[in-house]
Amino acid sequence: MSTAGHGSDAAGQRPDATGHWGRFGGRFVPEALVAALDELADAHAAAMADDGFRAEFDAMLREYANCPSPLYEARRLSEAVGARVLLKREDLNHTGAHKVRNVLGQALLARRMGKPRVIAETGAGQHGVAAATAAAYLDLECVVYMGEVDTRRQALNVARMRMLGATVVPVDTGSRTLKDAINEALRDWVTNVDKTHYLLGTAAGPHPFPAMVRDFVRGIGVEAREQCLVATGALPDAVTACVGGGSNAIGAFHAFLDDAPVRLYGFEAGGDGMATGRHAASLTGGAVGVLHGARTYLLQDDDGQTVESHSISAGLDYPAVGPEHAWLHATGRADYRAVTDAEAMEAFALLSRTEGIICAIESAHALAGTMRVVPELAAALGRRPTVVVTLSGRGDKDMTTAGTWFGLLAEGDR
Amino acid sequence: MSVTAAFDRARAEGRAALVAYLPAGYPSVAEGIEAMRAVVAAGADLVEVGLPYSDPVMDGPVIQRATQAALGAGCRTADVLRTVEAVAAAGAPVVVMTYWNPVERYGVDSFARDLAAAGGAGLITPDLIPDEAGEWLAAADTHDLDRIFLVSPSSTDARLAATVARCRGFVYATAVMGVTGAREQTSQAAPELVRRVRATGTTLPVGVGLGVRDRAQAATVAGYADAVIVGSALVDALASGPARLTELTADLAAGIRTPLSPPPASI
Ligand SMILES: Cc1ncc(COP(=O)(O)O)c(C=O)c1O
Repeated sequence: MSTAGHGSDAAGQRPDATGHWGRFGGRFVPEALVAALDELADAHAAAMADDGFRAEFDAMLREYANCPSPLYEARRLSEAVGARVLLKREDLNHTGAHKVRNVLGQALLARRMGKPRVIAETGAGQHGVAAATAAAYLDLECVVYMGEVDTRRQALNVARMRMLGATVVPVDTGSRTLKDAINEALRDWVTNVDKTHYLLGTAAGPHPFPAMVRDFVRGIGVEAREQCLVATGALPDAVTACVGGGSNAIGAFHAFLDDAPVRLYGFEAGGDGMATGRHAASLTGGAVGVLHGARTYLLQDDDGQTVESHSISAGLDYPAVGPEHAWLHATGRADYRAVTDAEAMEAFALLSRTEGIICAIESAHALAGTMRVVPELAAALGRRPTVVVTLSGRGDKDMTTAGTWFGLLAEGDR
Repeated sequence: MSVTAAFDRARAEGRAALVAYLPAGYPSVAEGIEAMRAVVAAGADLVEVGLPYSDPVMDGPVIQRATQAALGAGCRTADVLRTVEAVAAAGAPVVVMTYWNPVERYGVDSFARDLAAAGGAGLITPDLIPDEAGEWLAAADTHDLDRIFLVSPSSTDARLAATVARCRGFVYATAVMGVTGAREQTSQAAPELVRRVRATGTTLPVGVGLGVRDRAQAATVAGYADAVIVGSALVDALASGPARLTELTADLAAGIRTPLSPPPASI
């Protein structure tokens, strides 16, 4: 099986040549970056058309990243949920998440473009660790920008990145979190664009990033589609995923876009609840605007100033979302809903107890949302539905949060 | 006054124009207005009013800190328009420098209408390239506003020509690859970029910004550009108090009146 899942279909025609899905996407960037984005778009197109590049990427995913990841039928969980649940086990990839696919693809592309240096932004450190991993593997210099608040919250991941040879730069501007780390990475890129590739961590940003990242992660859905056909003899009734910037979700959805009967559900972080305003649900709780280079949905106030997001899950704690999801939301092809911290943590516990799998809290949002839509699906179909749930990552990184949430830590450990 | 009138006046005096950037609302809306009036009095030909924004990717630390402080003090888009109105009344043309989302949120045509009504002359749009600017191009025509896009040393000749063709008022040449902020030296790439802009055949004035911090640098840039754009250095000066701001502006104004001859074309 091809792990990278290249190949075109009708959905693969989007975005258009200027990076737009309808009115979403595009390039809202300083002119100084346009030449670099053009160079990247050309390199991406050429790489995708090059059998040699695709074969090398496939081999890296197979031999190094442990892909294709299994599609695992979770029998006890299925009982509890009332659906046939197939878990797409991205948590079993090297570095423990779907993100390894994106970083390997981009690092390979950077090398092909002759850029010896990569920079990355990171929130909790997951993408930073993945980027540092790919940089070590492909012998590239790596600088990771991380909000100063996050470097303190995630000291262990800072150590991991440094262990892998990366330089971690704490960002002390703005809200000192992920969005400010992206701003700082963009500033670095404007300044050092000759020798540097910006290894963006999700399917967002200016063209060609959303399409390029999608192409590197779409193997998730390509594999799951084939695995589901083999295991069940049919396509799933639904595919679900959590949505932060949107990479694991677009990776899971993309191969199914033309399969009209397959419903696609994206679950955003509802934080403390939509009514509280403390959430990270840009599609369900935001408005259309421009942030980090693309027109999309984002959390903003009446003046168009970005509003800070809130989620128990660092990977979903981002006030915007990739433009392809904005398009799928606006056209209704995918259904997006918000899942609260509490719902996600309940699903996190359920998966741990029924299957012996401690997943990332991000991924627990996908499971919690799935549990909410299963009764609707069952009613609409008149039978027990089959659902592919994208388990985007493993939960080792989240044990302090979970331990605190469930009161599992001794006083002195908290 | 229009941007063109200000450039014509400078040209008639045989000198480059001095363009001064300050953010609205810094340190407060009222003090920001005072500061902008002070730079006009001290010799600035044109004022760029910065609209403070939460995610200023083109700005270096000095302007970031100032705009963040302005937002923290409660500066809103309405205060920016109020600032434009108060400064335009002081007799220099005023353009607004803004990231795109606040304009889009306000409504592109509504923003253009209200900016024109406040006496504003146009917009500088650091993260809006002409490729994405359809709505703004139309609104600028409707409300007779100047539109100042940025060009960069990395822009291809084809892009330079296309961008310059959509500019009105002047062309903003970013002299260095990088963010705003005072540097020790102005860029060697700047004269070449100005030459390339002029080679498109445009008659628009070309302003050079990013990196000018003192009289000597202003004199250097005035040797080859139609306008010297100064931001971070003025914001720094304002942080030290109104007296320092006036002093620096007067220095810069003296600099543009004593231009150094253009550097050799080879660099
Ligand atoms: C395990 C995991 N899942 C999901 C996400 C959310 O990102 P995206 O929406 O791009 O998949 C992250 C981000 O850090 C993550 O680490």
